[in-house]
Amino acid sequence: MPKDGGIGASVKRREDVRFLTGKGRYTDDINIRGQLYAFFLRSDVAHGKLKAVHTAAAAAMPGVVQVFTAADFAAVGGIPCGWQVTDRFGKVMQEPKHPVLADGKVRHVGDPIAMVVAETLDQARDAAEAIDVEIDELPPVLNMKDALKDGAPKVHDELTSNLCYDWGFVEENREAVAKAFEGAAHHITLELRNNRLIANPMEPRVAVGDYEDHSGMHTLYTTSQNPHVIRLLMGAFVLGIPESKLRVVAPDVGGGFGSKIYHYAEEAAVTFAAKMLKRPVKWTCSRSEAFISDAQGRDHLTKMELALDKDHNFLAIRTETHANMGAYLSTFAPSIPTWLHGTLMAGNYKTPLIYVNVKAVFTNTVPVDAYRGAGRPEATYQLERIIDLAARQLGVDPIELRRKNFITPDQFPYQTPVAVVYDTGNYQATMDKLLELSDHAGFAKRLEESKKRGKLRGFGIAHYIEACGIAPSNLVGQLGARAGLYESATVRVNATGSITVFTGSHSHGQGHETSFAQVISEMIGIDSAQVEIVHGDTSNTPMGMGTYGSRSLAVGGSAMVKATNKIINKAKKIAAHLLEASEADIELKDGKFTVAGTDKSKTWVDITLAAYVPHNYPLESLEPGLEETAFYDPSNFTYPAGAYGCEVEVDPETGKVTILAFTAADDFGNVVNPMIVEGQVHGGLAQGIGQALLENCVFDENGQLLSGSFMDYAMPRADDLPFYKVDHSCVTPCTHNPLGVKGCGEAGAIGSPPAVVNAVIDALQRGGHTHVTHIDMPVSPARVWAAINNR
Amino acid sequence: MHNFDFVKPSTIADAVKALKAEGAQALSGGQTLVASMKQRLAAPATLVSLTGIAEMKGVCLGDGGLHVGGATPHADVAREAARHYPALAALAGGIGDPQVRNRGTLGGSIANDDPAACYPAGVLGSGATVVTDRRRIAADDFFQGLFTTALHAGEIVTSVVFPIPQAAAYEKFDQPASRFALTGVFVAKYADGVRVAVTGAGGDGVFRWTEAERALSANFSASAIAGLSVDPSGLIHDLHGTPEYRANLVKVLTARAVQAAG
Repeated sequence: MPKDGGIGASVKRREDVRFLTGKGRYTDDINIRGQLYAFFLRSDVAHGKLKAVHTAAAAAMPGVVQVFTAADFAAVGGIPCGWQVTDRFGKVMQEPKHPVLADGKVRHVGDPIAMVVAETLDQARDAAEAIDVEIDELPPVLNMKDALKDGAPKVHDELTSNLCYDWGFVEENREAVAKAFEGAAHHITLELRNNRLIANPMEPRVAVGDYEDHSGMHTLYTTSQNPHVIRLLMGAFVLGIPESKLRVVAPDVGGGFGSKIYHYAEEAAVTFAAKMLKRPVKWTCSRSEAFISDAQGRDHLTKMELALDKDHNFLAIRTETHANMGAYLSTFAPSIPTWLHGTLMAGNYKTPLIYVNVKAVFTNTVPVDAYRGAGRPEATYQLERIIDLAARQLGVDPIELRRKNFITPDQFPYQTPVAVVYDTGNYQATMDKLLELSDHAGFAKRLEESKKRGKLRGFGIAHYIEACGIAPSNLVGQLGARAGLYESATVRVNATGSITVFTGSHSHGQGHETSFAQVISEMIGIDSAQVEIVHGDTSNTPMGMGTYGSRSLAVGGSAMVKATNKIINKAKKIAAHLLEASEADIELKDGKFTVAGTDKSKTWVDITLAAYVPHNYPLESLEPGLEETAFYDPSNFTYPAGAYGCEVEVDPETGKVTILAFTAADDFGNVVNPMIVEGQVHGGLAQGIGQALLENCVFDENGQLLSGSFMDYAMPRADDLPFYKVDHSCVTPCTHNPLGVKGCGEAGAIGSPPAVVNAVIDALQRGGHTHVTHIDMPVSPARVWAAINNR
Repeated sequence: MHNFDFVKPSTIADAVKALKAEGAQALSGGQTLVASMKQRLAAPATLVSLTGIAEMKGVCLGDGGLHVGGATPHADVAREAARHYPALAALAGGIGDPQVRNRGTLGGSIANDDPAACYPAGVLGSGATVVTDRRRIAADDFFQGLFTTALHAGEIVTSVVFPIPQAAAYEKFDQPASRFALTGVFVAKYADGVRVAVTGAGGDGVFRWTEAERALSANFSASAIAGLSVDPSGLIHDLHGTPEYRANLVKVLTARAVQAAG
C-alpha cells in the first residue's frame, strides 16, 4: 500500500494547483457564444404593495432583448420549499407562495421585481434604471415578537399570521419538564440572541442558462453545492422540465457555507429566459446584491433554562426560541431551527428531560436558511453559555460542572431525550486533551502577566456535538423532508487500471478530489494519482444529494466504498479465473491479487485489461467491464464532538477583545487526510470567531440593511485570528459507516462562538466586573465597554 | 459604472483648465470616487486625473515645515516622511491596506473629507496649511463638516505644509469592518501649544478637543486630561458605537497618544 497516498496521509490538495494558478473554471468563466446578460431590478423597500411595473421605456432601450416581470412567469411554479415541519398541535406549517419574481407585493429589500435581458450587462443595467415601479409602502414586519402580536401587519396576506409554525420537541415531555423545574434546587435562566450572519463565500452566485432548440435540452451552469437537487427542484416544481432534458452543472465553486445549497429564483429565471429567447442568458451576482439576495444564517432569539439538583446534576432543559425565516421559506429553512437544532440540545450531557419550543416567524427580511453548522451552532451556543452561567451562579468550576454531567464512554450507544442516539464518543478525553494543549494549568500565571499590563484575561471552554452524515432517508422523511438524503458513486475502472469516480457529492473547497482518491488508493492498493474524482455535472454523475452538513465523506465516501467493494469482488472473480483458483482463495494486497498461500499472482492491471479485453475471461458467468454504482443511505447520523478553549485579553478602556490562543480538540472518528481536516477546522473557527466577535447582519427600523457591504459587515481578517492549536487524536470511530468517519466541516463554526463568549465573560468576571453575566454576539468593543460601564 | 472621458494632464495649469469643463471631476487615488462610480452613485462626464502631475507629488522639507504633494500616495508619505515627521508617517502607514496606500493620496483624502478618514486628523492636528492651485487655506478653515471643505468647484489641493512638532502621535481605534477610524486622535505638541484633533467621532467631521489642548499645553502628560470628559452630544451613532462610547474613546486615545508622543 502506498502509505504516502492512502488513508491517513496528509496529501497536498491536487485541486489547489489549478485554484492557486488561476486555472479554476468557475461558473462566471463560462461564456457561451451568443450569450445575453440578465440584470435583476430589486425592491428597495422592505414591504409594499406592488401596484405596477412599467417596462415599456426599458424594453425600448438599446440592446434590450426582453424585460421579464411576474406576469411572464404566471404559467410556472414558484420556488419550492424542501421541508415541511409539523407543529406541536399536529398541523403542518404555513407555507407561503414564493414567486420567481415579486407578484403583487414586495417582501424584503432585494426581492426581485423584474429581470432585464440585454446584449451587454451595462445595457441591462441601464434599462433596469428606466423601469418605473409603483409601490405603496406598507409597515415592515421586522421584530419577531411584534410580528406574532394580534393585528400585526402580515408578510403574506394569504396566511393567517406571520407564524410559520410553533414546534415543540419532545412535545410529550412538556409537562414533565415543567415539573422538573418546579422541584429543582437550582433554576438558571439566560436570554440570548444568535446573531444573523451573511455567508459571503468568496465567489458570488452565478447562473448561466442555455437551451438547445433542436433537442429541447436545457443546461444550467450554476454555483451550487448540489446540482442534482437543483435539477430536481427546478425541473419538477418550477419549470416542468423532465430530468432527461435538464442538465445542471456546478463546476468549480468558490465556497458555499450553506448559501449555495438552495434553489434560487435567478436560476429558474435564466433557464426559463434561455428557452424563450433561444439564446444563453448569464447572470452574475454582484457582492452588494449577494448581501440582499443570498440566504442568510442564524437569527434566533432564545430564552434558555437549565434545572439542576442540589448536587449540580442537570435535571432538565427548556428553551423557547423565535427563529427568523425572513420573507420566504428558503429550500431547507424550516428544518434548521427544528430537526437540526432541537435534536442537539442534549449536547455532551446526560440531561434526562428536554423540551425545545421554536416559533418560526416570517419577517420582511432576506430569507434565512442553513449556514455552516445550521441549527447545531445555535443549540451549542445556548447550552454552553448557560452551563457557564450556571457554574458562575453556583460558584463551581465550569470545567468540573461539565465533567460531572458528561455522558460517559460506557453509556454508548446513548439514547438522548431528543430522539437521536449517539453511537460513540469520549468527552472526558477531549476535555483532557484540550486542557493539556491549551496549558490550562499555566493560565493563572498568564493572568497575572496581563494584569500587569492593565488588561483582563479570560479562559473560556465549550463542548459541542453535532449530527452529521445527513441523513437516514426514512427517518428524515418522517420528519418532513421532501427528499432522500442518501449519496451515490459510480466507480469506473478503465482498461489500463486507472479509475474515474463519479460522485454525487460536490466539492466547493473541501478537497474531495484529493481525499476521495486516497480512499480508493487505500482500498485497491494503487497510487492515488491513478484515481480521478469527477463531480458537479448531472449528465455524468449518478443522482446524489450534494455536499452540506459535513456529509461528504461519511455518506458520499461510504457510497464510494460500497461501489469499490463491488469492483473488488468482481476483480477477484476475474483473478480467480486467470489464476485458475477458487475465488475464495484470492487475496488483494497492495494492488496485487494472490492465491492464498502461493506465490501465484496477477497485478491490478492484468485484471482490468482482462475485464476490457476479455479474450481469456469467464464470459458465460461474468459480464466484461469493470464499473459499479452504489447508493448509500446511512443508518444513523454521525456525531463528531469536541472541546474548544479560547483565551482572550480584554482592554477595559476600549472594550476590545483580542484572542490570544484558541485550541480545538476534536473527535472526528477516523481521518483520511489530516491536513485537509485541519484546514476545515481552521476555516470553521474563523467563521465561528467571526460570528462571536465581528459579524452582524442588521436591518434598520425600515427594513433597510445597515450592514450592506464590507464597510459595515465585519468579516474576520487574518489578524483578527490567533494561530490555532488543532488536534484530532481523540478518536472514537463511527460505528455504522465503513470508514468510521464522522465529518469535520462545521465543527469549528459550532464550537467556537460559546468558547469565545465564555472567555470574554470570564475575563470581565476575573477583572472585577461581576455584574456582567452575558453579552450578545458579536462581542464588539462597544458592547463590551457598555457592559463594563453599565451603559 | 457609466461611461466617462478620461484626461491625464501633466501640469497643474492644464488640470485646472480641464476641470472647468461641464461635468468634469478631479480624480486622485480614486479610493472613494471609483467605488461610488461603480455603484452608479457618481457619474462624472470627465475624470481629470491628477496623478500624472509631477509637481504635486513627493515629500520634502521647505518653508514652514514638511511639504507633501497633494497627489502623493499614502505609502510614499509613510516611507518618506518617517525621518521628518514620524507621527504623520505612521498615520499614513496605517490607512487601509497596501493597495489603498499605493493608490490613495493625501489631497484626495482631505478633499473628500470622510468623517472617519485619518488624514483630516493629521492635517488639523498639525495646524497644517492646505495649498491649492489658487490660495493657501489654514486647516482650521479647511474642514467644514461631513464631506464638506472650503474648496471651490474645480479647486485642486496641490500640497499640504505640515509644521513639524516637538512631539506627536496618532492613535487610531479601528472600526472593525472598514478599518477606518471608529475614532482617531492626533496629538501634536508645538512650542506655542498642543493641538488635539479627533476623527471618526464628530457628527460634523474632524474637530479639535480644545479643553484637552489647554490642559496638555500646560502639562503634556496623560494625567493632565484625567479629569476631563468629552460631551457625547453631537458625536456619531452607528452600528459600531454610540456617542458615549466614542466620547470615551476620544479620551482614552488622547491619553494614549500623549503617552506615545512621549
